[in-house]
Amino acid sequence: MEKFTLALPSSSPPLEVIRSTICGVVSSGNLEILVESNPKSDVCTLVVNTSAHGFREIWEAVLHDFALRHPAGGLGFTINDAGATPAVVSLRLDQAFEICCGEAK
Amino acid sequence: MTTADTSVGRWNKLAISRAERLARAKRLTSGRIVSADKIVELLEAVIESGDRVCIEGNNQKQADFLARSLVKTNPDRLRDLHLVQSVLALPEHIDLIERGQVSRIDFSFSGPQAARLARLVESKKITIGAIHTYLELFARYFVDLTPRVALIAAQAADREGNLYTGPNTEDTPAIVEATAFKGGIVIAQVNEIVDKLPRVDIPADWVNFVVQAPTPNYIEPLFTRDPAQISEIQVLMGMIAIKGLYAEYGIKRLNHGIGFDTAAIELLLPTYAAELGLKGKICTHWALNPHPTLIPAIEAGFVESVHCFGSEVGMERYTAARPDIFFVGGDGTMRSNRAFSQAAGHYACDLFIGSTLQIDLQANSSTATKGRIAGFGGAPNMGADARGRRHASPAWLRAGKEGRGNIEMPRGQKLVVQIVETFREHMHPTFVERLDAWELAATANMELPPVMIYGEDMTHIITEEGIANLLLCTTPQEREQAIRGVAGYTPVGMARDKRMVENLRDRGIIRRPEDMGIRKRDATRDLLAARSIKDLVHASGGLYEPPKQFRNW
Amino acid sequence: MSGLQISFLEASARKRLIGLVDANSFTEFCPPEMRKTSPHLALLDIPLALDDGVIVGAATLAGHSILIAAQEGRFYGGAVGEVHGAKICGLLGKALTDRPSAVLLLVDSGGVRLHEANAGLIAISELVRSVLDVQAAGIPVFALVGGSCGAFGGMGIVTRLCDEVVMSEQGRLGLSGPEVIETVKGVEEFDSRDRALVWRVTGGKLRRAVGEATQLVDDLIPAFRSIAIKLTEKYQSQPLASIDLDSLLEKQAELVKRRARFERARDGLEIWQEVFSEPSCVPDMTVADFNRQLGVQA
Repeated sequence: MEKFTLALPSSSPPLEVIRSTICGVVSSGNLEILVESNPKSDVCTLVVNTSAHGFREIWEAVLHDFALRHPAGGLGFTINDAGATPAVVSLRLDQAFEICCGEAK
Repeated sequence: MTTADTSVGRWNKLAISRAERLARAKRLTSGRIVSADKIVELLEAVIESGDRVCIEGNNQKQADFLARSLVKTNPDRLRDLHLVQSVLALPEHIDLIERGQVSRIDFSFSGPQAARLARLVESKKITIGAIHTYLELFARYFVDLTPRVALIAAQAADREGNLYTGPNTEDTPAIVEATAFKGGIVIAQVNEIVDKLPRVDIPADWVNFVVQAPTPNYIEPLFTRDPAQISEIQVLMGMIAIKGLYAEYGIKRLNHGIGFDTAAIELLLPTYAAELGLKGKICTHWALNPHPTLIPAIEAGFVESVHCFGSEVGMERYTAARPDIFFVGGDGTMRSNRAFSQAAGHYACDLFIGSTLQIDLQANSSTATKGRIAGFGGAPNMGADARGRRHASPAWLRAGKEGRGNIEMPRGQKLVVQIVETFREHMHPTFVERLDAWELAATANMELPPVMIYGEDMTHIITEEGIANLLLCTTPQEREQAIRGVAGYTPVGMARDKRMVENLRDRGIIRRPEDMGIRKRDATRDLLAARSIKDLVHASGGLYEPPKQFRNW
Repeated sequence: MSGLQISFLEASARKRLIGLVDANSFTEFCPPEMRKTSPHLALLDIPLALDDGVIVGAATLAGHSILIAAQEGRFYGGAVGEVHGAKICGLLGKALTDRPSAVLLLVDSGGVRLHEANAGLIAISELVRSVLDVQAAGIPVFALVGGSCGAFGGMGIVTRLCDEVVMSEQGRLGLSGPEVIETVKGVEEFDSRDRALVWRVTGGKLRRAVGEATQLVDDLIPAFRSIAIKLTEKYQSQPLASIDLDSLLEKQAELVKRRARFERARDGLEIWQEVFSEPSCVPDMTVADFNRQLGVQA
C-alpha cells in the first residue's frame, strides 16, 4: 500500500457537515471515500491509501483539482483505493461531496 | 463483326480459362453439388497458382470448412495465391501463409490473427497490398482485385444451387457479383441442402459448386455486450453524448461502433433520453448491426429503422418479429448486407461514434498497437466526412457551419465522434503525443501508418471530463488545447495550458458535465434500461436468445 | 431519475440496507468513522475497508424495530474476518437485550476470509451460536440472499439456520462454492464455468423449489423490503416456536427423505422435473409465475 496525506487550501462549504458520509466500495478498480468534518475551515485534508504504487503525482493532481472545483474547506477525506482510474476517483469524490454538502454551485 | 469479337482467345480469355477449370472438375461431380470428401480435389482442380482467391471471411460468418480444405491442398500445386477478403479471422487463413501458399494479401481486418500476421510480415513471409476499409476493398473487387475463385458460406442451398444466406448475408453478394460476372468461379459451403429455400439470396447461375459442410459455418457473436459490464464512467459519458451532442444537434440518423461505451448510450435512450423528452427527436434511423443492447430502445418506440451490416447470434427471432424496424425478406428472416450498410453509414448518417485505443494531439485516432496488424474494418468509412454528400439535414448543416465558418456556399459536415475514457485498463493513457501506429508502420514496412480516423474528420471527443468540439477551434493550437483539455490526468492532459483551456470552456469549445446540466451523482448503473443479458431477454419478450456464454440461467 | 427499479444484486450493501428499512430510521453501530478495520489485512499490506465489509445497526421496518446487518460482497467476496464477524456477533448479542421484532441478515458472502482464516472460522462458529441464542429468545432471524457472492461456506450454514430465507433467483446458496467443488473433485463433478448450470444448482429458484429458501422474490430492493415487512409482521402475530428434540428429529427425517428422493439428480432440471410440468421453462419463468406454479403465496 502507498499512503500519503495532503492538506489543500479550499474555500469552506456552504453548509455545515451534519453527518459524515461514506461513498463507494473497496473492490478492484474502485475505492471508498469517507467524508468527515475537520476543524480548519479553509483547508481540505485528504488521506490516501492506495494499492497502486507510483501514481502519487496523478493523485495529487486529481485531488488539487477537486479542492479547486468544490468548496471543500473544513472537510476531511479518507480514501481507501484498490486501483481506481483517475476518472473513477474524480467521480467518486464529486459524488461524496454532493451527498455530503448537496449540489455543488 | 460478331464472330471476330468472340474469336477464341482474343476477348474471352477469362471464359476460356473458366471452361478449362470447370472441365477439370467434371470428374468430381456431374452437377453443382460436390460431396465434402471431394472438396480438396475440387479446389486443386479449379484454383491455379497465382490466382486471386477470396475465402469468404466476414466480420462474423466464416467459410471455415472451405478454409480448412484449402489448407489441405498440395502446396507444390497451389502457391503464390493472392488472398483478397475482408477479414482474416481463422487460424487457417494464416496457416496458408505459413505453408507458403499465399504470397500477397489485401484485406480489411484481422482481429484475432493480428499478432501472427505481424510476425509473418516482419519475417517477410508475406506482402500486404493494403489494409482497406470494407467498402474500399469491395470497390476494388470491381476494379483491380476481382477474385478468380471465391469460396463462400451460405446457410442453405437447394438442389439447383440457389443459395439462402439468411440474416448473415454480410459480404456474400458483393463477393459473388464481382467473381461470377468476371469469369471467376464461385464455390459455396452450406449448412444444409434442401428442396425449397425460404428465399433465394444468390441465384444458382452465379454459383458453380455447392458443398454441404460437415459442421455449420462458424459465426462469432461479435456484437453482444453484457450490460452487467458497463461502468458508471461509461454511463456518465453516455449521458454527455446524449445531452451534449445528440440533443444539441438533433441527431436522427447515425451509426454506433461496437463497444461498452456505445452500448451504454443505447441503454440510456429509453431512460435518460426519454426523460429529456428526446424520443422521436434523436436516434430514429440507424446503420447498425442488431445490437442486443438496442432492444430496450426499440421496444420503447425510439427507433424507426435499422439496416444491418451483419446479424448477431441469438437476434434472429427478434429481428424477424420486428419487420417494421429491420430489413426482413418475404420469408420472414432478416437480410443484412455489409456493402450497402457501409454505404448507408458513410452517406446517409449524420453521426458516427465509436471508441479507440489512442488519440494524438491532431486528433488522429487508432486502435493499432505494436506487434499487431489488425486493420479497422468499417470504422474509417463511418468515421469520415462524406464529401460527396449532397443532401442536407439540420445536424449536418449545423456541423458544417461550425466547422467551415461563414463561407458563402452552404455545406454540411458529418459528425465524427470518439468516446473514450482518458485511461484504459492498467492505466494506459488513451491520449498520446505520438500514435503507436507510426512504429508499427516502420516495423511492418507500411506506406501509411494505420490510422482509423484522421484528425481532419474528427469533430468531437467525449471523455469523462466532457466534450471537446473540434469544429469550433480556429487554430491548430486551439485544437491541441481542446484535446488536452479533455485528456484528464494523462501526461497529455496534465500538460494543458490551463488558461487557454478555461478560455475554450468559456467559448463552449470544451463543455464539462456541469456546463451541460449533467449531475455526476446521477451517473449510476440504475439509469441503464437493462443491467443484464436477462433484462434484455425480458425486454424482447423472450424473442432474444442469447448464446450460451452470455447466459447464467 | 426513474430507469429501472433499484436492483438488489447491483446495489452496494449500504444501498441495500438503506433501501430496505424505513427512511431515515437507520442508526449504524461501529460506523466507518470508528475505523474498526482488519488488523490481519493491514499486516498483509492490502486494502482495508473502514467498515470491514459489513454494516450493522438498528432501524425500523414499517415501524417495527429491527436489527440489521448487510455484508458487502464486493469487498473480498463478503468474506468473514475477525472484525467483520465480531460486528455481526455483537449485533446478535444486542438483540438479546434490545428484543427487536426481528434480526435481518443481508448475506452476501463466500464464507471465511482466507487472509484471516482462523479468526474467520471462530467468527463463524460464534455466529452460529449467536443465531441460535437469538432464536431461543423468541426473536426471529431472517436471511436475505440476493448479492453476487450468494451465501456460501460458513455463511451458507448461518443462512440455513435462519427462520426465513428470502432469495432472488440471482442469489445463490450452498456450502462449497462451485469453484471449490471443481478444484477438489474435478470438472466432471461440477463445471464452475457453466454459469447456467451453477445457477440451476445453487440459485434461488432451485433453493426455493427444494424448500431451503422460504421465499423467492424479484431482484429489486422494494421486493425484498415488502417481503421483509410481511415476515416481520407474521412473526409478530405468530411467535417463534421453540426448538425441541422432536422438531429437530422431524427435520432430520425430512432431510433424509429429500436426499433419497433427489439422490441421482445432477442438475436443477431433474429436480424441477418433479415439481413443474415444463422443467425446461423454469429458468426463463418470471418470479411471479414460478411462485404461482410452485403453489405458494408470498
